[in-house]
Amino acid sequence: MGMLFIILLSPLIGFLFSGIIGKYLPEKITGWISSLSIFVSFIFSLQVFLDLTPNVAEPAGGPAFEAIGFTFLSVGDVFVDFAIQADRLTSLMMLVITGIGFLIHLYSISYMHGDKGFYKFFAYLNLFVFNMLVLVMGSNFLMLFFGWEGVGLCSYLLIGFWYRNAEYGKAARKAFIMNRIGDLGLLVGLFLVISSCKSLNYSDVFAAAKSGSLSTEMVTAICISFFIGAMGKSAQIPLYTWLPDAMAGPTPVSALIHAATMVTAGVYLVVRCNVLFEMAPAAQQLILWIGLSTSILAALIGLKQNDIKKVLAYSTVSQLGLMFIALGVGAYSAAMFHLITHAFFKALLFLGSGSVIHGMGGEQDIRKMGGLKSYMPVTYYTFLIGTLAISGMPLFSGFFSKDEILATVFTQQPVVWFLAVVSALITGVYMFRVFLVTFMGGFRGTETQKHHLHESPALITVPLIILTILSLVGGLLNLPELFTHDHAQWLKHWLSPVLGNSQDALHHPSHSTEWMLMGIAVSVFIAAFLYTRNKYISHASVPEEDAEMTGAAKWSAHKFYVDELYDKVFVRSTERLGSTMDKADSGIFAGLMGWVSSGISFMSELFSKIQNGRIQYYLLYMVIGVILMLVIKIFK
Amino acid sequence: MELIFIPIVAAFIAAWTGKWSRWISLLGSIISGVFLLYFYIHFNPDAGVQWQWNKPWFSSAIHFHSGIDGISMVLLILTNVLCPLILLSAFHKKEDNALLFALIVGMQGALNGVFVARDGLMFYIFWELALIPVYFIAGLWGEGNRFKTTLRFFIYTFIGSLAMLASLIYLFSKTPDSSSFSYETLVAVQLNPNEAFWVGAGLLLAFAVKIPVMPFHGWQPATYTEAPAVGSMLLSGIMLKMGLYGLIRWFMPLVPESLPTFVPFIVGAGIIGILYAALIAIRQNDMKRIVAYSSLSHVGLIAAGIAVAGETGVQGGILQMFSHGVNAVGLFLAIDIIERRNQTRFLDALGGMAAQSRAFAVFFLVIVLGATAVPFTNGFPGELLLLKTVFSYHPVWGVMAGITIILCAVYMLRMYQFSMLGESKGTVFNSLAWHEWASLSGIVLLIVFFGLFPQLIMDISAPAVKQLLMLIQNTKGVIS
Repeated sequence: MGMLFIILLSPLIGFLFSGIIGKYLPEKITGWISSLSIFVSFIFSLQVFLDLTPNVAEPAGGPAFEAIGFTFLSVGDVFVDFAIQADRLTSLMMLVITGIGFLIHLYSISYMHGDKGFYKFFAYLNLFVFNMLVLVMGSNFLMLFFGWEGVGLCSYLLIGFWYRNAEYGKAARKAFIMNRIGDLGLLVGLFLVISSCKSLNYSDVFAAAKSGSLSTEMVTAICISFFIGAMGKSAQIPLYTWLPDAMAGPTPVSALIHAATMVTAGVYLVVRCNVLFEMAPAAQQLILWIGLSTSILAALIGLKQNDIKKVLAYSTVSQLGLMFIALGVGAYSAAMFHLITHAFFKALLFLGSGSVIHGMGGEQDIRKMGGLKSYMPVTYYTFLIGTLAISGMPLFSGFFSKDEILATVFTQQPVVWFLAVVSALITGVYMFRVFLVTFMGGFRGTETQKHHLHESPALITVPLIILTILSLVGGLLNLPELFTHDHAQWLKHWLSPVLGNSQDALHHPSHSTEWMLMGIAVSVFIAAFLYTRNKYISHASVPEEDAEMTGAAKWSAHKFYVDELYDKVFVRSTERLGSTMDKADSGIFAGLMGWVSSGISFMSELFSKIQNGRIQYYLLYMVIGVILMLVIKIFK
Repeated sequence: MELIFIPIVAAFIAAWTGKWSRWISLLGSIISGVFLLYFYIHFNPDAGVQWQWNKPWFSSAIHFHSGIDGISMVLLILTNVLCPLILLSAFHKKEDNALLFALIVGMQGALNGVFVARDGLMFYIFWELALIPVYFIAGLWGEGNRFKTTLRFFIYTFIGSLAMLASLIYLFSKTPDSSSFSYETLVAVQLNPNEAFWVGAGLLLAFAVKIPVMPFHGWQPATYTEAPAVGSMLLSGIMLKMGLYGLIRWFMPLVPESLPTFVPFIVGAGIIGILYAALIAIRQNDMKRIVAYSSLSHVGLIAAGIAVAGETGVQGGILQMFSHGVNAVGLFLAIDIIERRNQTRFLDALGGMAAQSRAFAVFFLVIVLGATAVPFTNGFPGELLLLKTVFSYHPVWGVMAGITIILCAVYMLRMYQFSMLGESKGTVFNSLAWHEWASLSGIVLLIVFFGLFPQLIMDISAPAVKQLLMLIQNTKGVIS
């Protein structure tokens, strides 16, 4: 399939183009060519998607399109091809990556205008899309690992994009290193797969699992290892603290990498390995509870953040937690549904916040904004739609995708359902808070800022509008049966070749229960709205200063001091261990030998005094003599 | 043959030609490389040892016996690709350094000799010969406490070499009629467990010091740090591969009887060394010391993987020897370029250079990523194979070794951050000279190319490795 290679290589060519000659070209040309390279991928991805559509009778599990490049490694029992594939799951991911990727490229042409590293930014962004495509298109676990580490690298490069700032550099390294902790888990999973299946190809591994040749313990170990990898990439407890710091990168990066695509790689991994996870209930339980805890913890932290991007970052962590809740109960298509709608509205919110920051001349603190509604109408309306979508406004995309997860959870674990609803409530509160404080009331910034306030140019607003439409209608992808009988659950059916019949086995609540659940969701949404409206509009209060906070609010504002804890427990102790060993190393190993050698060097000094010349040269001549002798010997 | 003598002859000419020395050395180095290219093109990995050249030397027992098999070929490629790059990296030293260039190219000849030797004593002679140029380079062009450091280095390696010589002579005495040092005869010698232990210990000591495996590394950090850049490159890029090559070619086939005893220790020492060195590297301020300890950390993994004596381990070890050679030379080269411009290589005095030279920032970044074993760079496939080997040997060791992927990212990115990024602390970075461009782009091309196509190297050495492992298995079978 040549088409697959075009999809994959087009961003790579864009990367080489921007990276090598982009520097010498005007911004506009670099930016547009770079965006074009993603657009080409998008068009071909669309073609792949359409080609897969009539193929309803496709054999379950088998990839629809496959292309093999070359043998990457073939040593002993490790045999890996550089091979790519596109099945129905991959094609969805491809559309999200290239589609949203393209919009964000367009947005960046305007957003990054005038930056000295303009060409570099586009080069990294293209490289990211390439790696992300490798991740989802690979047809074996090593290809996935390639992309997995590759996107981590691009994330590092882009978080630290403004490299003069040492704080940003620190955030970038933190992201890379925490991701590598997860990568170790993934790598261990890879080794377990090699040793138990003698292959890394998806088809072989899943076939082996289905045939029952793997023990439950082995499958559980593999799944838990993979999930550790997912924790790192998708920012779940305990490896989530890098994502909020990653907001140091330019805003389009936050939208593309840290909201819509890279952070969902962990979800993709679990969905891809659904065959394995179905066989490992213990691993599923772990995912469920980690997802739930992450969802609630991050939402609580989000309540008290005042940096507009930080709120969105914690929101992303929380929403990813929700996806993992879905994965934990085996609702893979629901998780994918939420992944896609979340990609729409979270990219929208981030780009909207970028537009705000752009208009405010770099200000990110919502306490210094306010009343932007009248200055930036397009940004206002699009941000409003994004907020409503994520908070679960009925009929918006987030409403349906959240509802499906909650309904499935309700039938299995009502306690989890209740806690997830609480998380949804908090989500509504912090999203309305950020929205109202930013756009409503009076302007609280400086006069100069007020003077410069303006709506962003078309390259920024057009992507916003497209994403707004997607956030509005995204729910159509997987409408519940309550609403329409004929076209219900399109996404679930679409994914059925990949997910097998695991989705049909899920219990669904009766219609009356589902109406009730929906009613609860709507009341939660309304409650969140009324509470925040009362607080921030009717009383026009502004979030308090850090110093004024007490009790729980202070803990939330300080992110429950988890960063400080990690710093003390892991970073400091590692450093201390390193210092101790450093001392020991020069003390014991070097010191001991130092004694011996100083004894000998004393003698050698003595000798060199006797010789009264440079002993090195004598030695050299001696060696030369020896070599000559040897040479003569050979030819004799 | 040609690979040994062309560089050595070039070295002799270069030593006396003053300012032409650097060109003559480079020419000799490249001609040797061209010969190797010829050998490589006509090389058949499945045909065993090729281009043998066998003549009696000192006596009928000691032959000058050279030959190339797949394992040798990989290391010869490494040596003959890196030596010209190392020469190029020293091209700024125009005056009064004729001897330096002569020593580097002479070293190339000696190293080629080590990798083609098919006779025990010949191996020993070239092993020692390779020590001499680097000893002078470190002693004459080094810095700081160079005499003391060089002496310490010399004593360490010399003690190891003597132990190896004793082991070889003992094996020789056990050959039929004490007739031959040739590789095949030595391999055929059967030892009882006690003898095998002591002979093995002797060989292992020599190799463990050279690699170096913890706790035999006492000479290494100081030597790498105080030697001039070319010395550090030769040492870490190529010379320590002599020790690893020795493990594969000599230690394991000569005394397979002792493997069950030694393997747990090599694996254990290797893996503890990985973590130990990585933790120390995190705390260093001197860039060269960071690379020295990172080197110690990397070779620990290679030694552990090789010692497990399986195909993935030995092949992964060979691949990683190649990659580590390229990356270590790249790192020392980059540090040298930084130091020459700023008169310092201490992280607390550097910063912000990325803004001053984009090209160098990119080159250095790729090298750092190669050393961090990021996919699509040459560091990745070898590390993958080695970690997999150690993991199948024992999962706990595997996970411990795996921590290297985290720690390595910590110290490598820290080094890059503090030297290249952030605000400049008044450092100046003049643009790269042509020979710096040449050597840096050579390294970067190697890093990316073999990151994509590691199988090219694996195809060269695969048959030879399989044969070697069979040899070890068979002997083990005979014993048990």
